[in-house]
Amino acid sequence: MEVVDIHASCDHEFIAQVEAESEQKVRLCYQCGNCTAGCPYTFAYDIPVSQVMRLLQAGQKVRLLSCKSIWLCATCESCTTRCPNEIDVARIMDVLRHMARREGYATEKNVKTFWDTFLDSVEKHGRVFEMGLLATYVAKTGRFWTDMDLGPKILPKGKLSFKPHEIQGKDKVAEIFKRFRETQQ
Amino acid sequence: MTKYAYYPGCSGQGTSQEYDSSTRAVCRALGVNLVDIPDWSCCGSTPAHTVDHLLSSALAARNLALAEDMDAAAVITPCPSCLTNLKAAVHRMSDREFRLQVNKLLDKPVDRSTPVKSVLQVLAEDVGSDAVAEMLPNKPLAGLKLAPYYGCIMNRPPEVMQFDDHENPTAMDKLMAALGAEVLPFPLKVECCGASFGIPRKDIVAKLSGKLLEAAAGLGAHAVVTACPLCQMNLDLRQGQASAAMGRKFQLPVFYYTQLLGLALGIPQSELGLSKLCVNPRLALDAMYAAQAEKREREAKSEADKQTLKAKAA
Repeated sequence: MEVVDIHASCDHEFIAQVEAESEQKVRLCYQCGNCTAGCPYTFAYDIPVSQVMRLLQAGQKVRLLSCKSIWLCATCESCTTRCPNEIDVARIMDVLRHMARREGYATEKNVKTFWDTFLDSVEKHGRVFEMGLLATYVAKTGRFWTDMDLGPKILPKGKLSFKPHEIQGKDKVAEIFKRFRETQQ
Repeated sequence: MTKYAYYPGCSGQGTSQEYDSSTRAVCRALGVNLVDIPDWSCCGSTPAHTVDHLLSSALAARNLALAEDMDAAAVITPCPSCLTNLKAAVHRMSDREFRLQVNKLLDKPVDRSTPVKSVLQVLAEDVGSDAVAEMLPNKPLAGLKLAPYYGCIMNRPPEVMQFDDHENPTAMDKLMAALGAEVLPFPLKVECCGASFGIPRKDIVAKLSGKLLEAAAGLGAHAVVTACPLCQMNLDLRQGQASAAMGRKFQLPVFYYTQLLGLALGIPQSELGLSKLCVNPRLALDAMYAAQAEKREREAKSEADKQTLKAKAA
């Protein structure tokens, strides 16, 4: 079992910041374990979600922002739906991801690259260009064997376009990203 | 006829074309008037909300603002991920301060809050399974055993989604049962399939989707029926990967519920995009036709037996 010296390493400001950004009271968690019991991703996590909540109560900022779990949460909403104290746990996981990004952590690098590439595609075309997204992801990660086995299954179906679906308002969508970045400065 | 502002979602133009085309065909046949939101853009999907809630809400809200001019009863979408983003944006923008922040990122601000629903909700509530059952009294899907799979976010969290039961949704079950299909009690209805980790972490998707396929196969299902483009892709396109992860070979077709509804309504298969599915849907349809033929034979035999008995008695 992991033993944490909360007097030495508790970051109270971090707890307050998570509470403000998620609009949740982290102290309400009484460790019933319902979130972990229902989470389909526990097998892949380095810290189960109920322990994320406990470490959060103990203000363990670096431990949390550098964990894999926050990148592997799919926001399936099991934890939020089943929390007896109505804590929006999935929203807290989202907020931890936001903070990890801002502070330069990316413990599951390929997951972050995939999401970033997706958003680049939206910013550029207004809608996601699936084929372009895959090609850029492969180029960025160097994982050339990514889903090679699926090519022969999906390509003959004629579902993947080789050209993006450009929209008239794509510059308006790009503006949303631009203005958002300005708010972050 | 009630007009709905239709939001197809990006995958509807690509990997889930058959969901989009079958949705349009079924809505036309059932008198649900869909008008596309002009020049709609991506809602940001999962990647946007993992970056920031303001960005995510603004990407969704651009579409809500465009829909305001359409004078539609609701914005409706077939895709649960789009649905979540649109509904979460509406939910969060009920806070005035947050709405102002979102509007600052948009060219056209959001004024009113438009109701957002899934196409499934409209078919279940505004059309209704009883009306569908009345339209198709000959039960065209009789003999087809289905595992209904809703995916994780169509109904959760309940405060935001406001539709059906969050642990045991039944809207799709009722529609399929109205067509005569045998709907199996699928215990993993709302378990996550691995979502969008297929590309960066396909090991996770293979395992989670594998569990779903194993449970459906264990119930004796002829097919899985789903309402989510990502779930469909994980279970169908990645079925080989899921088979490898579970150490057994699955051969389970994965339909969109609109394809089966369309089939029952007599809409041509080309419009329903049945040929776009990776696992051959024939496997399930042949089992269904065989069950129907067997039933007809059984009925004919019992009728003949009755006649013989009558003749003997006379």
